[in-house]
Amino acid sequence: MLDIGLGHYLTVGAILFVLGIFGIFLNRKNIIVILMSVELILLSVNLNLVAFSSQLGDLTGQIFAMFILTVAAAEAAIGLAVLVIYFRNTGSIEVEDVSTLKG
Amino acid sequence: MIAGLAFYAFAAVLIASAVMVVTSRNPVHSVLYLILAFFNAAALFLIAGAEFLAMILVIVYVGAVAVLFLFVVMMLDIDFVRLRQGFQRYAPIGAVIGGILFLELVFVLGAWQSSGQAPELRLNAMPADVQNTVAIGRVLYTDYVFLFQGAGLVLLVSMIGAIVLTHRDRVQSKRQNIEAQVTRRTQLDMAKVPVGASIGALGILRPPVPEEKPKVIAHDDDHGHGHGGHH
Repeated sequence: MLDIGLGHYLTVGAILFVLGIFGIFLNRKNIIVILMSVELILLSVNLNLVAFSSQLGDLTGQIFAMFILTVAAAEAAIGLAVLVIYFRNTGSIEVEDVSTLKG
Repeated sequence: MIAGLAFYAFAAVLIASAVMVVTSRNPVHSVLYLILAFFNAAALFLIAGAEFLAMILVIVYVGAVAVLFLFVVMMLDIDFVRLRQGFQRYAPIGAVIGGILFLELVFVLGAWQSSGQAPELRLNAMPADVQNTVAIGRVLYTDYVFLFQGAGLVLLVSMIGAIVLTHRDRVQSKRQNIEAQVTRRTQLDMAKVPVGASIGALGILRPPVPEEKPKVIAHDDDHGHGHGGHH
């Protein structure tokens, strides 16, 4: 029970992933919380990679997790920039209003 | 033993704060709980033996990304009450989809098994004699150097993109007009100024400065109140 193995990490990662998905559905109007949910999902992926890396004694997982971290940071920056200019133009951050961008 | 207890404690706080991130009423609270979740995830990384990634997580996520979220949440004047509408409407479908996904993941967790050849298939086996940071550096700057450069490019592009997107051109700011400077036609003259004379003595360079009136020092009506305090 107190021996921490791969299964424990994978369980935590799975719960975190599901919570991120749930957050996307729950906060359908608030793009900021949706971006935070995406960060949670990426964090759970990183947790899985680190757990496998630690279990298998292979450094590749940690290096991959670092690149995921980079992409997550870039994605957050771009997403928030788009959010800021969208809010400046329309005065709202509701996802349903963003459908006016199409066509 | 202690690592096991610590794992359970950090994992519990991580999941609880993740729940609070997605269900919190106030997005500022969401961001703060996100920071707490990142800290606990960093602790889990530490328990797994990935010290460098744990520190990177604290520095990059807590120090940069979460603070960026906090800035944006506080900068935008958003009517959060309106954003909460439909919360109960979306909760069941989200719970159903999340539950199905979690069940699938549980099935995967219950059925997977590690291959016997896994130790031979390692790409970069962890060296036993050096620390985690040194080991990552040895691999990252040799085998994965192009990926490393690519990650730097991604960050550069995202930085430029964010600046270009959010930069507002303020018209009231003063800036250099190079074309006007280059094409100006005024003749410039050299003036020989004798030593010790001011340029006002030449009489051509500047409009006369109006003389400033000496300040009237008012000290005749508040003798009883001491100095200062009434200006």
